[in-house]
This record gives sequence, structure tokens and C-alpha cells, in this order.
Amino acid sequence: MSKHASYWKANLRLVFGCLVVWFLASFVFGILLAEPLNSIRLGGYKLGFWFSQQGSIYTFVALTFFYAWRANKLDHEFGVRED
Amino acid sequence: MDLQTLTYIVVGATFALYIGIAIWARAKTTGDFYVAGKGVPPVLNGMATAADWMSAASFISMAGLIAFYGYGGSVFLMGWTGGYVLLAMLLAPYLRKYGKFTVPEFIGDRYYGKSARILAVICLIIASVTYVIGQMKGIGVAFSRFLETDYDTGLYIGMGIVFIYAVMGGMKGITYTQIAQYCVLIFAYTVPAVFISMHLTGNPIPQLGLGSTMADGSGMFLLDKLDATMKDLGFGTYTDKVRISTFNMFVYTMSLMIGTAGLPHVIMRFFTVPKVRDARASAGWALVFIALLYTVAPAVGAMARLNLMNTIQPAPGQWIEVDQRPQWFRNWEKTGLLKFEDKNGDGKIQYVADKEKNEMVKVDRDIMVLANPEIAKLPNWVIALVVAGGLAAALSTAAGLLLAIASSISHDLLKGVFAPNISEKSELMASRIAMAGAIAAAGYLGLHPPDFAAGTVALAFGLAASSIFPAIMMGIFSKKMNKQGAMAGMLVGIGITLFYVFQHKGIFFIADWKYLQSWGSNWFLGVEPNAFGAIGAVFNFVTAFIVAKITAPPPEHIQHMVENIRVPAGAGAATGH
Repeated sequence: MSKHASYWKANLRLVFGCLVVWFLASFVFGILLAEPLNSIRLGGYKLGFWFSQQGSIYTFVALTFFYAWRANKLDHEFGVRED
Repeated sequence: MDLQTLTYIVVGATFALYIGIAIWARAKTTGDFYVAGKGVPPVLNGMATAADWMSAASFISMAGLIAFYGYGGSVFLMGWTGGYVLLAMLLAPYLRKYGKFTVPEFIGDRYYGKSARILAVICLIIASVTYVIGQMKGIGVAFSRFLETDYDTGLYIGMGIVFIYAVMGGMKGITYTQIAQYCVLIFAYTVPAVFISMHLTGNPIPQLGLGSTMADGSGMFLLDKLDATMKDLGFGTYTDKVRISTFNMFVYTMSLMIGTAGLPHVIMRFFTVPKVRDARASAGWALVFIALLYTVAPAVGAMARLNLMNTIQPAPGQWIEVDQRPQWFRNWEKTGLLKFEDKNGDGKIQYVADKEKNEMVKVDRDIMVLANPEIAKLPNWVIALVVAGGLAAALSTAAGLLLAIASSISHDLLKGVFAPNISEKSELMASRIAMAGAIAAAGYLGLHPPDFAAGTVALAFGLAASSIFPAIMMGIFSKKMNKQGAMAGMLVGIGITLFYVFQHKGIFFIADWKYLQSWGSNWFLGVEPNAFGAIGAVFNFVTAFIVAKITAPPPEHIQHMVENIRVPAGAGAATGH
């Protein structure tokens, strides 16, 4: 496989992994499982409610930086940096 | 000093600042006008993107909707932040590598033809104009309160100011102006939230205050207290009140997320950074600055609701007397956005869920954030600051969007398709005329907006989600996607979404032009029109893949182009044509 093709494959794997976390933090914990999670408390917050109005957002921020960091590393590893 | 004078001073001072920056950095060439010379570092670009992004919908409207929807309002919080994850991973780096100015340019090149480009421009204009209608609603609310006039007058004045503002500077002006605007709007949003959180819970950090106990000595958690109050009056509990259905919330959130990644004025930002890795970092920084406001918003919403209920019902079963209603209440009555009616003639105002007995007959959701500091009896300078922040949010986004509309008409349609030999000067003139036209259309429709500001903006996101996002994404991730497939997908996606939205809201959002009323509302799996974009996107993807399967694959050089944009190496500066 060419260098570029394997770079692309590694990149897709990274993106897919990140999107799984993205989906869990918002759609699963914040919406689909919000009701059962609400029986757990985080201080005054019910957990499902917390995920939908706080936790998902914190996860997104961390995830975007994680992705940027990993993707830059991939650029290095495969020697496809811009400069 | 009285509130009105103080508001004039604060709003005037912030405006002088923005306009000063715009003049200082006045656009000279068309390249500057669209994307601001390419040297903006990621942190600053992120901050400007955040200001561009957080509009009247985020600042003025969203917390008010959360206050009334409760848990159901979470769709806005997750939807308008989670979209950045998609943007950062699925679009931004590749579009930066591709390196041109506008989204239709990419679609036109990738799908080899002017017809794809024209179709993209049309989708983009429909979505952007809808978005500007939402901004106009917010601007109208802010100006009507600040000038103490009715809503329509506030809207007309707002239109004039948006026009002057957007025409004066291009993106260069706008990038630095928007950094200033971000600072004003985040300060204006958090200061009252800190005061109110401190007052209600003793915790100055709103994100923590929302999860804390009340400072009234009851030891009750704030959210539990809110749940109990709302339940008593028949409104349903705040923290688990679902918006229509779980499925509706799911598609609503999805629609806002993919719409985020499909809106031209946000994507354009990522053309302006120097390198592919800066595009990744810019998305992260933008999200940090957005999250600052978005994690405070739920506290603003919940606390505003609690304060509103406590004002109207100071103690259980005891309602406020009509002639003792506070000054803020009377001021908002002047705008026509707040109305009560003493139905049972007892000289008191009852506020309950039951429509027959409820005497707060009109509480426009979009007034909540602006009224919040007054309801909480905060000092006048805080109230003035919030008005200035709301205007900053609305103006910055309106300007960014108008720029996207203007550039798609002058750059993509005129220069790219119909009049390739047009001079730079005429191109600039055409883009200004396009801006004026868009403001007039959006302002007119803003007199009777299809929804509250955030709801109207959600409709715009749905339209972008159903058309632009799938076309760009498939253009990057599927080498075999061809012109016929992508165009059929866009047509079907936006067509079906417009059909559903206009059936509910009227053609072009004119309420008299509704059709098929006998079908009822939310007839498609119980999905409301604001949330329909995700469904439209599914239709788009499916149509595109079927059509691409049965038509000729894209030419060799297009497949090479796709391979090329997937790899960062070799990205040059953005070029024009």
C-alpha cells in the first residue's frame, strides 16, 4: 500500500475512534440513556441531565484537541507534514 | 444615572470600538474582503470564529428557550457545540488543504461543473437568509427594549445598523472586530450569571452553582427546587422534560450538529489559517471559547426561570398584584413581547401551565436573557452591558453571514459563472448590493419570524445539514462520488426539508402560505420541522449513493484531487480562482 493510502487509513481509524466518544457523550448519555442515568446524582445534577447540559460539551472540547494532537503526530509519522 | 442613558453610553462605546477597528483595517482588495490575509494565528482565529458563530440565537435566545424547555433545551447545547467536532475532523483540514475561498468553489471543482456550483450557491443562500431572519428577530428584541419602542421599530433601526456595519468592512475588518466582540459578549454574558449564581447559591461559578444547594437556608438543591416549583404549577419537571420525544431530540441534536459543519460562514473561517494543522487547532480553540458561553447558558436559563417564577409568585399560592408589577415588567410590555391579562379580575397575575387560567398570556422566550439581570435586580451597568453584548453577538454573526451571501453571489455566481471578466471594483459593488438585498429580505421576514430566534436559526441549520454537509463530506470521503449523485442528493435533501418546513411554517416563512394543513403537525415520525434537517441529510446520502452507483464514475483527475486533499503535505496559501 502506498504511503498516502496507509496515512489515510490511520487517519480514518483515528476519526472513527473520536466519533465513537462524541456519540457516547451526547446521543447516548445525554439523550438515549438520560432517563436511567438520571437516577445517579452528581451533586445537585442528575447525571443524564448533566451530560446533556455540561458533560457533553467538556468532552467535545477535550476530543477536538486530542484529535488535533494525534492527527499532527500522524502527519509526522507518515512524513506528510506541510513543511 | 438612569438605565437608558447608561445603556446608550455602553452600547455607544462598544460600537465606536468595533467601527474604529473596521476603519483601521478597511478592506482594500477583494482577497482581503473575503478572507482577511492569511496570517491569523489559531487562538485569535478561534476567538473570532466563536464571535462569528455565537449569534443572537446563542446569546439572546438560547438560554430563554432552555428556561422554558428545561431538559428539552439541551438539543441546542449539544447540537451547537458537537458540530465543531465534526467540523474539525471531517471538513476543516481538508478544505484548508484544498485552499480556495468559498464552499461553492469546492463543490464546483469537486463535482466538475458550474451546475453543481450554482446549486450549492442556491442552497447556501436559502440557509443563510433563514439564519439572518433569526438574527433580525434578536436584533429587533434588543433594540426595542433598549430604545423602549415596539418590536417593529426596533427591527427597522437594527436593519439600518446591520447594513452600515456589514458594508463598511470586509472580513479583515471583521476578524479583528470580532475578537473585540467576543470579549464584550463573553464578559456581558458571564457577569450577570456570576452575580445571580452567587446570589442564589453562594457559588460564583455558574456551572457549579447550577448543581449546588440554595443559599436560602433550605438546603435544597437549586434544580430540585426548580423541579418542585414547576411541577406544582403544572409545567412538568425541569430536568427531565423531554422535547416532544426522545427521537425528536435525537434528530434535532443531529440536525444542529451537521448543520454546524455545513454552514458557509463558519467553514470559510478555516480557509483563512496558514496551515492544515492550524485548521485543526483553530476548531479546538473556537470550541473552547464557545464552550465558555455554552456551559454558562444552562445556569442562566434555569436561574432566570426560577427568578421569574419567584417574582410572579413570591410565596406559594401568593401572586403578585397587578399594580405592583416591577419596572422591568412594564418596560417589556412596551415592546409588545410581554403581556398579561387579568382573566379572573382579582387584581393579581397568576402564572400557571393551564391555558384557561394562565394570565401571563405572552412571554416571548427571546426576552429572558435581556430581562434576566433586571429580574434579578442587578445594578444598571450590568443590564446595559447585557444589551451591548447581545447586540455584539447579533451584529457579528449577521455581518459574517451577509459576507457569505455576498461572496457567493458576486464571487461564485457572477465572477465564477456568469461574468468571468468582471472587474474587482464591480465585483465588490455587486457583493454590497447583494448584502443590502439580503438585509431587506431578512428584515421583512423578521417582522413575523417563523419561530423564536434560536428556533429560526435551527431551521437554517436544518437546511444546511440537508444539502451542503453531505455534498462536502462525500466529496472528501468518497472518491467514487460523482456529479450526478451529489447534485441529486443536494436537490432531494434540501427539497424534502423545504417541503416539510414550509408545510409547517408557510412558503418562505409567510404564515398565510401554509399548505396541506390537513396533514397536521410533526407528522413524520413525530419530528418537528426545526429538527428535520437530519432526516433530509439521510435522504441526501441515500439518493447520492444510488444515483452514483448507476451513473459514470468521476473522471480520473477528480479522483486524484480527492487523494491530494486528504494529505496535508503540499498545501499552499489559499488562492482565488
